[in-house]
Amino acid sequence: MTGFILRRLGFVILTVLLSSVLVFGATHVLPGDVATMILGREASEQAKDSLRQELGLDRSLVVQYGSWLSDLARGDWGTSLSTGEDVRGVTLERLSNSAMLALVAFFMYVPLGIFLGVIAAWRRNSYIDQVISAGSLAFVGLPEFVTAVLLIAVFSRALHWFPSSSAIAPGTGFFSALPSLILPGLTVSLTSLAYVVRMTRAGTAEVLETDYVRTARLKGLSAGNVLFRHVLRNSLLPTVTVIAAGVGWLIGGLIVTESVFGYPGLGRLVLFAVQRRDLPLIQATTMVIVTIFALANLAADIMYALLNPRIRYR
Amino acid sequence: MAAVPGHVTTPGRMGGPGQLVAPTFKTERLSVVYLTEQGPLRAVRGVSLSVAAGETMGVVGESGSGKTTLALGAIGYLPANGRVESGTSRLAGVDLAGRPRRELRHVWGSKVGLVSQNPQAALNPTLTIGRQMDEMGRRHLSLGRRAAREASLAMLERVAMPDPQAVASRYPHQLSGGMLQRCALAMALLTHPAVLILDEPTTGLDVTSQATILDLLDDLKAQFHTAILYITHNLGVVARVCDRIAVMYAGEISEEATAPDLFAQPLHPYTANLLRCVPRLGGQGTQERLATIPGSLPQMGDLPSGCVFAPRCPLAVEDCRAARPPLVEANAGRKTACLRWQILRSEEGRQTALQLDLRAAAPLTLSAVPRAPAGPPRVRDGSSSPPGTLVAMPQDLLTVEDAAKECPGPRPRSTVKAVDGTTLSVGAQQTFGLVGESGSGKTTLARIVAGLTRPTRGHVHLEGTPLGPSVSGRDPSVLRRLQMVFQSPETSLNPRQTAGQAVMRPLVLLAGLERREAGQRARELLEAVRLPASYFDRYPGELSGGEKQRVAIARAFAAGPDLVICDEPVSSLDVSVQGALMNLIGDLQDGAGTSYLFISHDLAAVQHLSHFIGVMYLGALMEMGDAARVLASPYHPYTEALLSAVPVPDPTSRDHRMRLRGSPPSSAETPSGCRFHPRCPRFQGDLCRDQAPPWRLSDGGVIARDAATPATADAAAAAAEHAICCHIPLHDLAALQEAGRR
Ligand code: SF4
Ligand code: SF4
Repeated sequence: MTGFILRRLGFVILTVLLSSVLVFGATHVLPGDVATMILGREASEQAKDSLRQELGLDRSLVVQYGSWLSDLARGDWGTSLSTGEDVRGVTLERLSNSAMLALVAFFMYVPLGIFLGVIAAWRRNSYIDQVISAGSLAFVGLPEFVTAVLLIAVFSRALHWFPSSSAIAPGTGFFSALPSLILPGLTVSLTSLAYVVRMTRAGTAEVLETDYVRTARLKGLSAGNVLFRHVLRNSLLPTVTVIAAGVGWLIGGLIVTESVFGYPGLGRLVLFAVQRRDLPLIQATTMVIVTIFALANLAADIMYALLNPRIRYR
Repeated sequence: MAAVPGHVTTPGRMGGPGQLVAPTFKTERLSVVYLTEQGPLRAVRGVSLSVAAGETMGVVGESGSGKTTLALGAIGYLPANGRVESGTSRLAGVDLAGRPRRELRHVWGSKVGLVSQNPQAALNPTLTIGRQMDEMGRRHLSLGRRAAREASLAMLERVAMPDPQAVASRYPHQLSGGMLQRCALAMALLTHPAVLILDEPTTGLDVTSQATILDLLDDLKAQFHTAILYITHNLGVVARVCDRIAVMYAGEISEEATAPDLFAQPLHPYTANLLRCVPRLGGQGTQERLATIPGSLPQMGDLPSGCVFAPRCPLAVEDCRAARPPLVEANAGRKTACLRWQILRSEEGRQTALQLDLRAAAPLTLSAVPRAPAGPPRVRDGSSSPPGTLVAMPQDLLTVEDAAKECPGPRPRSTVKAVDGTTLSVGAQQTFGLVGESGSGKTTLARIVAGLTRPTRGHVHLEGTPLGPSVSGRDPSVLRRLQMVFQSPETSLNPRQTAGQAVMRPLVLLAGLERREAGQRARELLEAVRLPASYFDRYPGELSGGEKQRVAIARAFAAGPDLVICDEPVSSLDVSVQGALMNLIGDLQDGAGTSYLFISHDLAAVQHLSHFIGVMYLGALMEMGDAARVLASPYHPYTEALLSAVPVPDPTSRDHRMRLRGSPPSSAETPSGCRFHPRCPRFQGDLCRDQAPPWRLSDGGVIARDAATPATADAAAAAAEHAICCHIPLHDLAALQEAGRR
C-alpha cells in the first residue's frame, strides 16, 4: 500500500511539474509586452529595458523558468502587477474563501447525489427513478448564471432567507460567512448534482445485476444488508473517482458563480488576473488550481484502493 | 433459526424415516413467463418435478432449455419481468411460487441453498470469504459474531478445506476456482438447507478440480441428507452424481428416469441423440461418427403446437404435430413425453431415431488455389530413430523446437514460464491433440505456432523452413498454409462483415483470387461447412454460436491451408452442436488432407480426433505419442489423473479414482525436479523432487533430460511412437496402474 501511495504521489508531482511548464510557457506567449503593460505606452524604451532587466525578462526562457519555479517552491510568488499586493497572501486568502464555498457545495451535492442515485438504481425503471433522473438532468442544462439568478430571485428577493450578494470582508470566519455561502453553494451543487446522480445510478445498477448480489439475495439477507454490505461497497468505487474528477467542474463553476454573487474567491481572482494580464497572479492561481486538481485525483485513487482489495494487493 | 412468518410452521428439515416417502421439494405444473417487449415468453411450461431428502435430481438441458429459469422460478427468485404464471412449488408443503420477497428471505439461505456457476463472479470481490460465510450464521442461525465465525470455520473443515482459518481471511480473487466453489458449497450448507440447488457448479473448472468437487458432493450427500437439484448440460457429470435425471428441452421436460435407466435406454428421441453427440473416452476406435441434431431450438415466442421436438425429430409423425404429447409414465418410475417411445425400446428403433451424420462434407477440391503437394503420409516408427540423436524429420509438416515463452510474473521482477522448452512435430494429414489443464501453456504454444505470441526461445518450422516469430513478419504464402480457429467465434469474426465477406477475405488476400471467383469459392466453402447459401449475406449477429464457428472454419479453410490450429473450437458450444462440428472437422481433414494442431481440455474430444497426443503440464510436455498408446496404460501419472477425473456418461461405470493433491498449478514458480511432483499421486520422494525425470520411450530407450541438451532428448521423444517423462520405468507404471484398477 505504501508503495502504491508513493508511486501515485510521484505521479502527482510529475503532473504538477508538467503543468508548471505549460503555465509558464502559456503566460509567456500571451500577447502584450510586460514592461509596456506596467509602465504604460508612453514610457521610454530605456525605462522599459531597465525594467525588463530588473524583472529578469532578458534572460533565456529556461533560466527564467528555473528561477520562477524555485521562487514558487520557496513561497515567493511575486507581487501583483496590477495591485502591488503580495500574490501569495491574496491567493491563499481567496483560496480559503473558495475552499469554504466548495466545502459547502460538496456537502450539499455529494451526499444528496449519492442518495438519489442509489434510490434511482434500487428502484430502477420505476416512477421514482424517472423523476430523479429527469429532475437532476434538468439542472445540468442550465448555466450557472441562470440558476444563480433564479435562486437569488426566489430565496433572496422573495423570501429574504439569504443575502443576494456574497461579498464578504477579508478574514470572515466560516460560520459568519455561512449564510452568504448557501446560495452560491447551491448554484454550484445543482450543476454537479446530476453528474453524481447519474454516475451513482449507473454504478449501482450495474452492481445490482452481478452474480454476487444474486448470491447475497439468495442467502436471504435483508434488503439493507444486501444494499450496504454487498452493493454500495462495490458500486461507490467508480463514483468516488468520478466525484474527484468532478472537482474540475467545481472550479469551472466557481469562476462564474463567484462573479455573479460577488464572492471574493479564487475563481474571481483568476478572472481578475486574466482580465488584467497580471502575470504573477495568473501563474500562481493556475498552479494552485492544478495542484488541487492533482491532489483530488490522488485522494480518489487512494480511496479506490482502500475499498478494492484487488488493487491494493497488486 | 428464524421462524417462517405467516402460516408456515415447521422448518423443512428432513430426517424422520416416515418423511422419506414424501418429497421435500416438489413443483407441480410450474410455468414461468417473462414479459418482454416482444410479448410474453413462456420459458418454462408445466414442469412437475420432485426431489426427496437425500436424493439428487439432475436437470439436464442445453442452453435455452429453461433449466435455470425452472430452478429460480421454483424458489421464487425471478427477475423483475419474470412471473410464475401457474402451478405450485412446494418446499415441505409450503408453496414458494409467487410469494412476496419479504417472506422468501426467511426461506432463501436457510431452507434453500444455491451454488451457481463461476464462483469468481458469485462471491463478493470486496469481502473476505469468512465475512461472506458468517452472514449465513448471523442471519439464519441467530449467532453472534464470534459463534458465526466458528460455525464458518467448522463448515470449511467439513468441505475438506486445508487451512480454514487462512481461507476465511482471503478475498475471492486470491483463491482458485475449485477452492472458491468449495467455499460456496460450505456457505450454502452452513444452515443445513432442506434443498440445495447446484446450477452448473463445475462448469468452467478444470476436470481435475471438477472431479474433487464431485467427490466432495458424494461425501456431503451422505452427511447432510439434503434434497439436491443439480442443473447441468454435462451428461458425464449427471451420470456421475445424480440418482434421477430429468431432461429438459425448450422449457418442458421431455424425459425423466433414474440415471441407470436413462443412459441404458433413453425413451425420447432427443435424449437418444443427445447421448450420442458426445464422444466418449475409450470408445472402440476413434473417428466414429457422432450423432447430430439438425435444426435449432424453437423460438419461445413461436412454439410448434404439437411436440416441441417434432421439427427436429426423425420419428415425427402426423399425430406428433397435432397436440402436445403429455409426459406419461412409461415404466415404473420413468416418464417420457414422446408418443412413440415404444419404438425406442428395440435396438433397430433406436437406430432409426439416431441421426448419425453419415454424409461426409463435400470434398474440398482446391483446384483454383495452387497448393504445395502433400508429403507422403508419415509412418511413425520408433525404431527408425536411434534414441538420443536429434533427427531431422523432413516428413513432418510442422516442427516446434524447444519453444519457450516467459512473461512477467505477478510480482516485480518475477517471470512466469508459460511454455518452457517444448518440442513436437505434426505429420502431414495428421492431427496432433494437445491436452492439459488451464495454465498448462497449451494455448500459448498454439499462439507461438500461429505467430501471435513471440517466443522467448525456440523455432517453428513448416516443412523444414523456419517461420518468423510473428505473424506480421511472415510470408503471405506461410499465412496461407497456416490458419487458426479460435475458441470463441464471437470475438474472431468481425461483426460488420457478412459470412461471405469473412470467407472471401483470405481468398482475395492470401490466395490471390479475383473477387468474383472468390465469391463463388466462398459459396462452395459455406456449403462444405453445411451452411445454406442464404447465409452468405448474413452478419455474425444473425448466426448462432455453432453457425459462427462454421463460418470461422470455412474461413480457415478458404486459402487451402496445410495446417489448421484449432484452439478449443467446440468447447463453448452446446452438446448437440459439438458433435456436428467435430464430424465436420474430421471430414475436412479427409477431404482436404489438412493437418491439425487440436488444442482442448476435453480429453474425449482430443481422443476422438487425434492421431497423436501430447499431454502438457505447466508449460512442458509430460507424455506424447500415438493417440491409442497415450490413452492406454502405461500412462504418465498426470495423464492417468486427467483420465480418471473425466466423468463418464455411464452411471454403471465404476470409476477408478485417482485425484491430484493440492490446487491447480500457477506457473509463477516451476517446481524443482519433476515439475509435477507437488501434485503427483505416484510421487517417489527425493528423486522426483531433485532431478528432472528422463524421457522413457516405448522401445525401451531412456533419455536423460538434465543432460547437456534437453532439446535433443525432447526431439527424440517427439520422434518416438510413445514417450513418458517420469522417473518410474514404464513396466512399473503399468503394474502400478493395473493394481490401482483392481
Ligand atoms: S412425440 Fe413425435 S415428434 Fe415428439 S419426440 Fe416423440 S416421435 Fe418425436
Ligand atoms: S517423476 Fe516422480 S513426480 Fe514426476 S510424474 Fe513421475 S513419479 Fe510423479
